[in-house]
Amino acid sequence: MIVQALAFYVFAAIAIASGAMVVSSRNPVHSVLFLILAFFNAAGLFVLMGAEFLAMILVVVYVGAVAVMFMFVVMMLDINFAELRQGFLRYLPIGGLIGLVLLVELLVVLGGWTLSPDAIAAGGVAMTPEPAQVTNTHALGQLIYTHYIHLFQAAGVILLTAMIGAIVLTHRQRPGVRRQNINRQVNRRPEDCVEIRKVSSGKGV
Amino acid sequence: MLEIGLTHYLWVAAVLFAIGIFGIFLNRKNIIIILMSVELMLLAVNINLVAFSMHLGNMIGQVFALFVLTVAAAEAAIGLAILVVYFRNRGTIAVEDINLMKG
Repeated sequence: MIVQALAFYVFAAIAIASGAMVVSSRNPVHSVLFLILAFFNAAGLFVLMGAEFLAMILVVVYVGAVAVMFMFVVMMLDINFAELRQGFLRYLPIGGLIGLVLLVELLVVLGGWTLSPDAIAAGGVAMTPEPAQVTNTHALGQLIYTHYIHLFQAAGVILLTAMIGAIVLTHRQRPGVRRQNINRQVNRRPEDCVEIRKVSSGKGV
Repeated sequence: MLEIGLTHYLWVAAVLFAIGIFGIFLNRKNIIIILMSVELMLLAVNINLVAFSMHLGNMIGQVFALFVLTVAAAEAAIGLAILVVYFRNRGTIAVEDINLMKG
């Protein structure tokens, strides 16, 4: 129990601290690295909550794909980031105020909510099985591929749309680039490009 | 204090969400940080969903968290693609100039 509590506090503290560093860091590259740290610690929290599959997905998808994509974009764009930070202090009071109000509201809600006694019984088909019988991944798969198969396929369509959209948006045809045209190369005939002339001796072409 | 329950996780999620909102206001000019703040907020939502899934003994929360994750990944990809195209056209990513993009 004490190990679990300790792990929770460590993961939560690092996640929150690195979240704060994401928004306040001077260098966007550092922001991305802190974002990765926040995702790793959130994955730790997920493991503590017994959602191992989601924890691994978080590491694979977020750290492995999304954060690296952010890193690519930050490094690829040639931007003067110091210039972008100019309004930083001007926005600090209003941003801090709104963030604080929101946080207080959320915490007030957290202090006052109660759980309906029927809520736990209402789980029905989706009750979490005993970890000794079925692993988390297995249980999630049994649910996704049966009751949520349409949502699952819709998620696939969303990913496909995002992929096509990103390619269509960023792909461009540059004028003046000499590309290899294999069709043209193969269709070339000797008579199209070689001319044989009879040169009379002593005169030149 | 040592008994880690639902409320502890909800606290973490609430703080992360507020940090995300705060980051959006703080970095008004830098759209990359805004996108990262949105990712932080979605992470907080996921923590909430999984925490309730644990507390209620109900797997639906984790299924929803999975779908939120999918949509977040798609959103990041599209957002960054738009950002790259915008940068190519204008040479800057300042958010304030985006409203000049008419037609």
